[in-house]
Amino acid sequence: MFAYYLQLGFRSLRRNPVLTALMVMAIGFGVAASMITYSVFRAVSGNPIPNKSVQLYTPQIDGWGPQQNVKGEPAAALSYTDAMALMRAHQASRQTLLYGVNMSMLPGGSHSLPVAVNGYAVYGDFFPMFEVPFLYGSGWSAADDNGRAAAVVLSEEFNQKLFDGANSVGREITLDGHDYRIVGVARHWDPKPRFFALFNRSGFQDPTDLYLPFTRALDMQVSPTSNSCRGHLNFLGWDDWLRSNCVWATSWVELDSTAEVARYRKFLEDYAKDQQRAGRFAWTPNVRLRDVMQWLDYQKVVPPESRISLIVSLGFFAICLINTIGLLLAKFLRRAGEIGVRRALGASRGEIYAQYLIEAATVGLAGGVLGLLLTAVGISGVSLLFRPEIAHLAQLDFSLVGLTLLVAVFATMAAAFYPAWRAAQVQPAWQLKSN
Amino acid sequence: MSMQIKPILAALHRHKAGTVLIALQIALTLAIVCNAMFIIQQRLAHLSEPTGVDEANLLVISNHWASQMSPQQTDAQIRADLTALRQLPSVRDASPSDGYPLSGGNWDNFIMRTPDQLTPTTDASVYMGDEHMLDTLGVKLVAGRNFNAAEVMQMAPRQVVIPPVVIVTQALADHLFPDGSALGKPIYSMSATPSTIIGIVERLQRQGVTTWNKPYAYESLLWPLRQDGSYYIVRAKPGQLADAMREAPKALYAQSRMRIIDSKDGGSYPQIRERAYDSDRGMAILMGIISVVLLAITAAGIVGLTSFWVGQRRKQIGVRRALGATRGDILNYFLTENLLIGIGGVLFGAVLAIGINLWMVTQFEMARLSLAYVAVGVVALLLLGQGAVLGPALRASHVSPVEATRSV
Repeated sequence: MFAYYLQLGFRSLRRNPVLTALMVMAIGFGVAASMITYSVFRAVSGNPIPNKSVQLYTPQIDGWGPQQNVKGEPAAALSYTDAMALMRAHQASRQTLLYGVNMSMLPGGSHSLPVAVNGYAVYGDFFPMFEVPFLYGSGWSAADDNGRAAAVVLSEEFNQKLFDGANSVGREITLDGHDYRIVGVARHWDPKPRFFALFNRSGFQDPTDLYLPFTRALDMQVSPTSNSCRGHLNFLGWDDWLRSNCVWATSWVELDSTAEVARYRKFLEDYAKDQQRAGRFAWTPNVRLRDVMQWLDYQKVVPPESRISLIVSLGFFAICLINTIGLLLAKFLRRAGEIGVRRALGASRGEIYAQYLIEAATVGLAGGVLGLLLTAVGISGVSLLFRPEIAHLAQLDFSLVGLTLLVAVFATMAAAFYPAWRAAQVQPAWQLKSN
Repeated sequence: MSMQIKPILAALHRHKAGTVLIALQIALTLAIVCNAMFIIQQRLAHLSEPTGVDEANLLVISNHWASQMSPQQTDAQIRADLTALRQLPSVRDASPSDGYPLSGGNWDNFIMRTPDQLTPTTDASVYMGDEHMLDTLGVKLVAGRNFNAAEVMQMAPRQVVIPPVVIVTQALADHLFPDGSALGKPIYSMSATPSTIIGIVERLQRQGVTTWNKPYAYESLLWPLRQDGSYYIVRAKPGQLADAMREAPKALYAQSRMRIIDSKDGGSYPQIRERAYDSDRGMAILMGIISVVLLAITAAGIVGLTSFWVGQRRKQIGVRRALGATRGDILNYFLTENLLIGIGGVLFGAVLAIGINLWMVTQFEMARLSLAYVAVGVVALLLLGQGAVLGPALRASHVSPVEATRSV
């Protein structure tokens, strides 16, 4: 019966071409608008490291005090003093500090024009903590951190650019005029949003070129890409600046159980209390320990544009569906006579109901196909609507294709509940009489 | 209107579902289109805010050093670069800078009125340049004087230098000294060392224009500082921007090859604007597309459902025509019917529009919807309804009285 109803449904698509075209277009546009904006929203709001997002925490310590902090919240990064104190205390199974750097290098030897490279100064634990996959070599050890080794890990893309993808481990590159030995090449790894480096950044920056040891970067006085300070600024050089209240370093710790999380939180509180006792902080401890998703949420990584456009698109889809309810009602009730005859010949209400629901599903399917075409067009033009670094995250993949068709069919069937019920309520006697 | 409303209401009562659906569709369309139009207006207003600089002739060059130099070497190189830039035939003037309007937020400092104040009075975007900065930007000095060459100081990386003199924008002057007495007054910028206001410029947009900057819009200060410059701002002679854009990088590379000129930063102002406001522009386009398609779909829905009603009521129309109703009466009937549904819809829609806006205000730091948008939206949707119903209504008015005698 299902196949027969389906066949009837497809045949009836052609019966009221104008009404049907209207419905198919309404569903097509509605579903396409929702899917285009959803594809962007999905990309910016996703979990960038699903395996470990509940084990990775970023500590914050208020070093500015209630009069200068961010509406009562500690700064989004740590000062050198606090960052190094956490590092030295080593209260987590793995931990790293990191900050973004911009450096220069001469890709083709001393006769080439210098190019800008970007990366992060990190500790060796960074790579296992964030599960960075390696193509060649590996990260560096804690001994390298302590030895302030001139090591560097390249990204796969940067290694491709510099060495045509060859195994470059053991070779040297010159950054800001200093030599660094390549110890590893990371396989493509670019979590979006880039949750670990959100301080004054959107989370959707250009791909990373390289990673170098935090300790070495400080020795070489490689400036962070961003810093934020409070109060009176009196520094006269690098060392003064390091000791200032300027925040720029992000800390991440790996904590494997709730007990460890509680213990680390206690440690942060105690550290802030010690600072208060020592007279460095003139306020009660104000610390935070957020995991990856809490951090993304707190840092408001999802651009408001993405949320607003998704909401407006869903509203648009809702209107399209209301439109479809009206048109389905018109389409079905126009055939009241036919329904009357079928009922008189013994069709049950349930059968009529099923037939019209299936007919609606065919309309939904046609709308879904149109929606799919429009979504494909829309996603290729999405760079007009969102900033380029976010627009290119929107992709028409298998799951989006499936979702588009499913949403179109099920939404149309939901819209058909009432019209099909009305069709099933048609009184056979009335219809036969008036004929 | 000669029509009696009562019989229409009675008829609508028999088409409850269709009536409710059309009214609901009109209501939701009004709510969304009003808010979409409001978002478009807000975004367009934001992206057309003037910067106060001579945008048509400005070129911003992002310059980073690729070799390690002492602060003295860097300063000498910056001076040589500036001399080379200023000598170009297409260039009117040039200045070093730490940022440029709409760059996206490079440098801003808290500003206090007293040296020991903890909570800042405001926040200013900080521009650092030499005595050529004002002429290069093309900003208008409305009070006081420009820096002179002797006042320009040098600042090494990670060094804080507070120059004794500062030029502020009118907006910053008004915020700090609402009584208009800013000129000659000291201000304190994250330091106990005062900077005395020696000049006020009419308008200079901040480096950042995101929501965070909104409370401090146009509050900028200029300091006579040559620092480890990350930018050169070049003002071309009128109409010679293209030449300047070609010549300037060549001139700089001729001075020294050990630099990186970032093509994704700076550029001409049309390029800078495009980057700074890309999400505003995208939002306006998206809201525009959605509004147009939405109005079209709502109109099509009204046409579809009304056509169905006309088809359903051919016999009754025939009877009315046979009983003496004119074509105009029939036409009027359907127009009035639609108007009644429309009024119901827009009343609900207006409430919904305001409700959605109030919710967005709490969620997205959006401004309050102006009631003018709702009023215009109400009129537009009523007209849209009347326009959509005109076709089916005209067809209804052409139903012949003979229909009354037909059985089907």
